[in-house]
Amino acid sequence: MPIDLIVTVAVQGILTGLVYGLMALGLSVIFGVVRVVNFAHGEMMTIASYAAIVAFGAWNIDPLVSMIPIAVLLFALGYAMQAALINPFINRPEHSQFILLAAVAIIMVNGLLMIFGPDARNVLVDYALDSIEVGPLLIDKVRVITATLALAITAGLFAFFKLSRIGKAIRACADNHMGALVVGLNVKRLYALTFGIGSACVGAAGAMMTLLIDTTPNVGPVFTLQAFVIVIIGGLGSMPGALLGGVLIGLTEAMAGLFFAPSAKTMFGVAILILVLLFRPQGLLGRKA
Amino acid sequence: MSTKLTRRQFAATAAGAALVAGTAPFNIVKAQTGALKIGSIHPRSGFQAQLGIACQRGIDLAPRVLKQLGINANVEIMNADTESNVDVARARAEKLINDGANVLIGAFDSGQSAAIAQVAEQKGVPYIINVAAAPQITEQGYKFVFRNFPTAPMLVGDGLNLMKGVFEKSGITPKTAVFMHVNDTFGQSMAGAIKAMAPRFNLPFQIVDTIAYDPQAKDLSVEIAKAKATGAEMLMPVTRLNDAILMIREMVKQRWEPQIVMSPGAPGFYEGQFYKTLGKFSNYLLTNVPWYNPRSSITQKLLDEFTKSYKNELFELNVGFSFEAVMVAVNAHNAAKSTAGAALADAIRKTNITDHVMAGGALQFNEKGQNVNIKSVTLQNLDQRPKVVLPLDIAEDNLTLPLPSWTKRS
Amino acid sequence: MIARLIEGVPQRALILLGLLLAAMLAAPLLVGDYGLSVLILVLYFAYTGQAWNVMMGFAGQLSLGHSLYVGIGAYAAAALYVHFGIGPWLGVWIAILLSMSAGLVIGFLAFRFGIGGVYFALLTIAFAEFTRVGFDHFTWVNGSGGFFLPVAQYSINDPLNLRGSPTMFYYILLGITVLAFLFCRWLLTGRIGYYWLAIREEPEAAQTLGINVFRYKMIAVAISAGMTALSGVFFAFYYNNLFPEQIFSMNRSIELILGPIIGGIGSLFGPILGAVVLTLLAEGLTDIMAALGYELPGVKLVFYGLCLLVVVMYLPNGIWPPLRKWLGLGERL
Repeated sequence: MPIDLIVTVAVQGILTGLVYGLMALGLSVIFGVVRVVNFAHGEMMTIASYAAIVAFGAWNIDPLVSMIPIAVLLFALGYAMQAALINPFINRPEHSQFILLAAVAIIMVNGLLMIFGPDARNVLVDYALDSIEVGPLLIDKVRVITATLALAITAGLFAFFKLSRIGKAIRACADNHMGALVVGLNVKRLYALTFGIGSACVGAAGAMMTLLIDTTPNVGPVFTLQAFVIVIIGGLGSMPGALLGGVLIGLTEAMAGLFFAPSAKTMFGVAILILVLLFRPQGLLGRKA
Repeated sequence: MSTKLTRRQFAATAAGAALVAGTAPFNIVKAQTGALKIGSIHPRSGFQAQLGIACQRGIDLAPRVLKQLGINANVEIMNADTESNVDVARARAEKLINDGANVLIGAFDSGQSAAIAQVAEQKGVPYIINVAAAPQITEQGYKFVFRNFPTAPMLVGDGLNLMKGVFEKSGITPKTAVFMHVNDTFGQSMAGAIKAMAPRFNLPFQIVDTIAYDPQAKDLSVEIAKAKATGAEMLMPVTRLNDAILMIREMVKQRWEPQIVMSPGAPGFYEGQFYKTLGKFSNYLLTNVPWYNPRSSITQKLLDEFTKSYKNELFELNVGFSFEAVMVAVNAHNAAKSTAGAALADAIRKTNITDHVMAGGALQFNEKGQNVNIKSVTLQNLDQRPKVVLPLDIAEDNLTLPLPSWTKRS
Repeated sequence: MIARLIEGVPQRALILLGLLLAAMLAAPLLVGDYGLSVLILVLYFAYTGQAWNVMMGFAGQLSLGHSLYVGIGAYAAAALYVHFGIGPWLGVWIAILLSMSAGLVIGFLAFRFGIGGVYFALLTIAFAEFTRVGFDHFTWVNGSGGFFLPVAQYSINDPLNLRGSPTMFYYILLGITVLAFLFCRWLLTGRIGYYWLAIREEPEAAQTLGINVFRYKMIAVAISAGMTALSGVFFAFYYNNLFPEQIFSMNRSIELILGPIIGGIGSLFGPILGAVVLTLLAEGLTDIMAALGYELPGVKLVFYGLCLLVVVMYLPNGIWPPLRKWLGLGERL
């Protein structure tokens, strides 16, 4: 097999993986603090994608620009969801939380179907199909842009949680729920903020995704599943872990597709997940619970 | 402990009994002469929603167009949604029959169609399949199931024959080809048929690699890189719509330019969304599929009405086959002068409609209920719409090959 | 044994159950073909929900990948029937064994390595997905092309080969559901039921009391997986075609567990009530929407989602526990 083919596929795999990582980041942030698995994750991302498509269709705004207002919009949606729906469920058993969010997901998917119809929608920017030539390699320009942004957003978020006052307070909540209550932190508000921040990441990822794939109301569940796989591999709650998990999945699937059957490549991703769960259940970069 | 039932408990029992009774039919409509009740059952939500809705358009237009053609179409259409799910399909079929449907039409998907076929057969209600290619459905010995759509082997047979015609007409004969297919029910039926039939067709090219990909794939970059590395002169894709878009987009990004891209009989390249999304990159791709005969006057009538009702949608084969299914039902109703299942099924079996929408011979069914007269055509995307280029007697435009470079398109 | 089954159950409850059973037995004569197909769906979801409930409701292990066991059961029995002519009543045992083995492998891996809660749930999804893609490539059962059983004509019922009319399927399924109900009652009233209760509520305390937590969790998984396989066998012979995309899908897993959760986890009658409520809700909404003239695809499922949301918000333990209290039927059903 020619070496430049292998390198091309590997680079594509890593870039795709970084975008997957960004997609999974929101899920990870939310679980790390609120300890709720957001089963409507992919559906929220689909909402963001539709917002980007509408912004482009109506005002010709590039998704790389509209991602900022969309992130704000999703922040509001996430905040509201946590405040209104999820807070009462914080101490309920997992299956109860699961059904709540599964119901939210059903409503979102079918709401989108009602509003936008079943057709696949996308955004046609003029650079969508450009490639960058690096020696013998051809690298997809959009993937380079989105992967770079994914790194930047993760770094920014990481800094926010490490440095800002609110970020520190949120981490305190995550580390010690009781302690946070004792020192007088408004845990409910911080949870809602966290859910909002996680959702904002989802919003940015969803807007960016419109450059790479077409959006239909039904793409959500696939992304939800993909995001789960990634964050568990990386470590639920770990931000660098989400990126690492994304890259690992992106690279593994690319290599599996190249050397084995492409149609079976998701099996390899799931196989890694199973191995990680068995030997390091907290994930590669996760902390022991 | 009291053994007497309290009023509450009695109420609960009554409610339970009512539940059972509530599922009882309110109105069992017995077969009678009068309007023909057609149950249209398609996946109008769920992951196949787009295609189910396309089929529904053909059904909705049919009564109006048939009347314009002077055909006595005394029909009432009842709609049902399978939600892209086999068990819902079955339950909805039962419901339609319960509500008095005399004929069922559907269902785009092979699994759902197979489930509906069992119900129809059992109830003795004729079922006309408008779209679904899995060969097994018409191999079960059913008496009430008819299919006006080619099976996967028929699609492949026509597809491979037309390929030879394309090579002859264009003077370009590839020596190597790569076969890419989506690994779902349809893709695997097609792959199986190609594997079984290709040796018999004496094809000029060798299939150097077969690449199957997951129907849920969100990224085909590896697949295309692999296909490009084979250096094949032709790409033979079997796709659905969304993956067809991903595939071509990835080919442009990776600048893979085989001489010919020709589908042996799959959706994707000829659909409205494909043109909207890919613009100039949609041009020159070829598909060998059953298609409407652009020279037929009935097609023209249907096309006019379609354009009036659905300005932004593309008229394609799902619409055509769905319309024809209604046409078959109406024709049988007029011949049988009855809405009874057995009479209608007999009349459908004797169907012989020479003037219709889709290309090929007369609309007839064999003893298995399969229409074997459907003929594929070669479509080429020109000016961002599908045009018939072969066979020549119904061609709308000239075949243009080889595929021009992606980067040199205006 | 019968004494143990009815111990502590108010006589009124027994009368109500008897009446319900009588109604169910008479139903095929009353409800017509469509009604019968809806009742078959109800029973199918009731039985499968009951099977899932053994693992989640009794032993507290959340599985979100139960479509795995349905699929294994369905494919095993169907493949044995088509390839070797082995009838479903023999094939079902092999299907159950295979499915139990799959459950035991997952359980062993998970429980040995101390995986619980959300992680266990996600592991079950992962295994179901893994198997789905695997079956897409499993050419012995025609991969993603779909596996078709020969469909017999319905002139005679052949219960030995599970070929026949919906009425036959209905009674078989009713029998299975009733047996599963009794079996679960028997489990719950036995020692194992109390061990499960302890493991579910206080795993650490259970361990210190000397209960072999690992072993009893494994038993729960095996029983649940085996019971679920039977519903797969039924699915295969009722629908006569199998597609990995459909039978192993995550949606299918979710569909299966909505009933018991809405009905009331851990109770015996909850899964049955949940199946009744959800199936009739889905069917009823379709009719209501059609009657109101809402033909827009998606509307029905939005309302379905809203109903789920309301139930889970206001009835955290499901519908059955408050209903059973209101009816004065004790805590044992």
